[in-house]
Amino acid sequence: MATSMQFELVCPDRLVVSEAVDMAVVPGSDGDFGAMAAHAPLLSTVRPGIVALYTNGKVVRRLFVSGGFAEVTGERCTVLSEEAIDLSLVTRADVVSRLQSADDRLKEAVDSAEKARAQQDKTVADALQAAFETVTSQANGAHAS
Amino acid sequence: MATLKDLKARITSVKSTRKITSAMKMVAASRLRRAQDTAESARPYASRMARMLDGLSTSLAGQGGGNYPLLTGTGKDKVHLLLVMTADRGLCGGFNGSIIRAARLEARRLLDAGKEVRFYCVGRKGYDALKGEYQSRILGTHRTRGSNGPTYDDASHVANEILALYEDGQFDVCTAVYNYFRSAITQIVTRTQLIPVATSGGTPAAQPVEEAGAIYEYEPDEEALLVQVLPLSIRSRIFSGLLESFASEQGARMTAMDNASRNAGDMIDKLTLRYNRTRQAKITGELIEIISGAEAL
Repeated sequence: MATSMQFELVCPDRLVVSEAVDMAVVPGSDGDFGAMAAHAPLLSTVRPGIVALYTNGKVVRRLFVSGGFAEVTGERCTVLSEEAIDLSLVTRADVVSRLQSADDRLKEAVDSAEKARAQQDKTVADALQAAFETVTSQANGAHAS
Repeated sequence: MATLKDLKARITSVKSTRKITSAMKMVAASRLRRAQDTAESARPYASRMARMLDGLSTSLAGQGGGNYPLLTGTGKDKVHLLLVMTADRGLCGGFNGSIIRAARLEARRLLDAGKEVRFYCVGRKGYDALKGEYQSRILGTHRTRGSNGPTYDDASHVANEILALYEDGQFDVCTAVYNYFRSAITQIVTRTQLIPVATSGGTPAAQPVEEAGAIYEYEPDEEALLVQVLPLSIRSRIFSGLLESFASEQGARMTAMDNASRNAGDMIDKLTLRYNRTRQAKITGELIEIISGAEAL
């Protein structure tokens, strides 16, 4: 029985993750979906959010993606994203400075194209913050119990 | 005839030139290694993007397809945009020259065929060379910041501007002219059509959708996906073009500087030989004077 599948997370400049996992939960734009071995072939857009990789029923890695595409076949799950950050490496300062710069750019934007791009940056920064909060609160919860 | 002092001065000057060229060669060599690594690690994204796009466009074409200017073009073939990728700096052999020549040739060919030509220059050298002849036809330029090679931000910047121009109806077809990196010694001037996106999938009949053994489900749907994939794929193509071009630049510079260092070495050898001969001749001359002076007594 094929239980594990190959998960790949690819950025424009490098292959970020390529490993065998039991399940990958991907934030599709129509809702999160879990991809396991023998999943029906699927192409989906991805919204900014957390990709979680599961092995033996536990989360082994959480990564933040800035949106892009996911391709799922029976053996493989590939996520293409312009940006990917391992959430264990993110600090609160990063999140804050990023939100700040996105806000600044939004304020400074003059034409509509620039505004749209700044808005997108802002969305990504917001999502990063949300993702960061989720991860830290879960970690704290785990410590408390 | 050159005096000893002149020769000495020339030797010193050629020696310092050689120092500079060999240092530039070393720098180019290490940048080349890095550029190759970057180009290597950027490949998975580009290839997967292309695969996804191929799948999507064939599947859409199978259904009769919708209307996607980026995929199928504006229906016209009148105004061509040449995306010329050169370096910001010179001293890299024929690297910039060959690109500019290719761009000029292409421009002339298009103009002769009654088409309109526009340029978008990446890199200062291309802009400098083309602005004399085609100033009014240059729609934009971009310079990569820093010396560590193009980043994805550079590519998105260029892509955004080009896409905006396209939406504005400023051109119908966009072709990138850049150096494809074959090896440190060979760079091949390449033309790639960017817009409309040329997919490798031919006619829908020739390539059944189920070829890969998988019929995909699409989320939200094919059209929404395609609308998002297309700009990203153009970005990724521009990015890989920039990377190729940067690697080529470093390769070309390395070769050029290697030649220059070798030439300087040859020149130093020749000058040193002449210096020694002149010195010897001078000593001999002085000796003859002394001896003949002594004999005359």
